[in-house]
Amino acid sequence: MGVEIKVEHLTKSFGKQLIWGDVTLTIPAGEICVMLGPSGTGKSVFLKTLIGLLKPDRGSVIIEGTDIASCPERELYEIRKLFGVLFQDGAMFGSMNLYDNIAFPLREHTKKSESEVRDVVMEKLDLVGLLGTEDKLPGEISGGMRKRAGLARALVLDPEIVLFDEPDSGLDPVRTSFLNQLIVDLNAQIDATFLIVTHDINTARTVPDNIGLLYHKHLAMFGPREMLLSSEEPVVRQFLNAQKVGPIGMSEEKDADELAAESDQELPALPPIPMQLEPSNGIPRRSQREPGAWCRDNGVTPPPGSFDDNMSMTTGA
Amino acid sequence: MSSLTSARFLKPVGAAGTLFAFALDVGRALFRRPFQTREFIQQAWFVASVTIVPTALVAIPFGAVIALQVGGLIRQFGAQSFTGSASVLAVVQQAAPIATALLIAGAGGSAIAADLGARKIREELDAMMVLGIDPIQRLVVPRVLGCMLVAVFLNGMVSVVGVAGGYVFNVGLQGGTPGAYIASFTALAQLPDLWVGLVKALIFGLIAAIVAAYKGINAGGGPKGVGDAVNESVVITFVLLFIVNFIISAIYLQVIPPKTG
Ligand SMILES: Nc1ncnc2c1ncn2[C@@H]1O[C@H](COP(=O)(O)OP(=O)(O)OP(=O)(O)O)[C@@H](O)[C@H]1O
Ligand SMILES: [Mg+2]
Repeated sequence: MGVEIKVEHLTKSFGKQLIWGDVTLTIPAGEICVMLGPSGTGKSVFLKTLIGLLKPDRGSVIIEGTDIASCPERELYEIRKLFGVLFQDGAMFGSMNLYDNIAFPLREHTKKSESEVRDVVMEKLDLVGLLGTEDKLPGEISGGMRKRAGLARALVLDPEIVLFDEPDSGLDPVRTSFLNQLIVDLNAQIDATFLIVTHDINTARTVPDNIGLLYHKHLAMFGPREMLLSSEEPVVRQFLNAQKVGPIGMSEEKDADELAAESDQELPALPPIPMQLEPSNGIPRRSQREPGAWCRDNGVTPPPGSFDDNMSMTTGA
Repeated sequence: MSSLTSARFLKPVGAAGTLFAFALDVGRALFRRPFQTREFIQQAWFVASVTIVPTALVAIPFGAVIALQVGGLIRQFGAQSFTGSASVLAVVQQAAPIATALLIAGAGGSAIAADLGARKIREELDAMMVLGIDPIQRLVVPRVLGCMLVAVFLNGMVSVVGVAGGYVFNVGLQGGTPGAYIASFTALAQLPDLWVGLVKALIFGLIAAIVAAYKGINAGGGPKGVGDAVNESVVITFVLLFIVNFIISAIYLQVIPPKTG
């Protein structure tokens, strides 16, 4: 059914360098969330803190009543069995072929016979479209394939929480669409909690139920998709609409002069909010909300043209 | 400012502390089942395969140099009948462990650091931990044991090759008689000399593997980080091994009285 992740006042720095501070958010059970942020704002670090690979300086990460940030190592290994993680480059074990990589968690943690293992592995390989490559070594396949193999491995133990570190970077647009569709279908199928870290604006606009934005060492905003897509908050609107005008500059933030020079520029109008990507079998996901529901409930007028079927930016829908 | 200075001085202490903590973790993981037999055999074989040939190539000249040096010296004292014994003593007690240390650190340790470092930056180690597997138990313990085993083996090999090399030089070039060389073996050398060589080799293998694994697992910052980790692991191991060799030799000479002809 998926598990809720409650993050409170989380702060992480490496030596004197603060990565982000005082991050508080709740990732609701069974929903799809996207975490956005410019390069180097510590999105990967955030994911690693959620699974206890990195210890935060302050704050807590509560999953099923256990605080990941402070619990003993042994409990950590138990809690991690709830997780499936897709690392940024797939993180396949270089010395094993794809089949053994994907079978690895099954052989370690279950008493399945080899033929049962084979069934599960083949099913997951089919799911990510890699049937026929099971004898290849990770070094012999493309980055996009490694990523899909990593996803297959993350899914074999039927996780309650799936973390994706940039599933779409390094994939071509068509594969990205397929992958996004796969993520939505998977969520409908296994009801797990999904957290996706990405730069891809199209993914962020169409896939999730909730969006968060890490920027300038803090969590700028976290909330329902429609809330962020209709937000006038300068950082949020700049990032979600990939605009040059706004507080985010090339290196980090723009300085006061640059901002002053921009102050009289007309901000481009907010683009319409696209439809959310639906499962390909047409049966809505459990956590899916009706288009425009959040805007209506909160008295926000969505930008003109929103939720028009033809406006959908995705190819998969 | 004063805090800065103290931080600079305390940094190596802290580093030594984390290295030691890591060694304790390895010690604890040593007793956790299931033991990774396959990985152990593979790693032992791997370390052996990268060290055997260079060790043999180093051992022959080592034995020869010692034979030349010692042989020359001993002739000046007029004690030719002890040449064999002196060679054995020098080779078994000092030369073999040192040559083993050089090769275990230079060839075996660097390979371990590079392998684990590459896994670290490809996030394989993170992935392993997320899958509920402790990389120390799975990867480090078999490497440490493999390295120790191979170190003992190499030590034996250098001893034999070194003594044989000494024999060839003594008999062939310095005009010694085969009988005298072999007969004098037991004049100065004694059985504990063999044991101490063995113990040294075990400890050298342990240190080399632990330092290499520690550096590899903590590599960071992309491919360059792996290169740095390998480099640092070799340098640190060399320094540590020479210090430890000195300490063990000093203690040994105190505890076991040298045999007097
Ligand atoms: N183990 C570490 N030790 C020290 N600094 C680190 C470590 N891991 C990450 N950092 C630093 O933390 C910052 C954030 O890194 P992170 O990889 O999380 O960025 P990111 O948001 O995932 O970027 P990208 O989108 O490019 O993947 C970087 O400045 C990086 O140098
Ligand atoms: Mg990242």
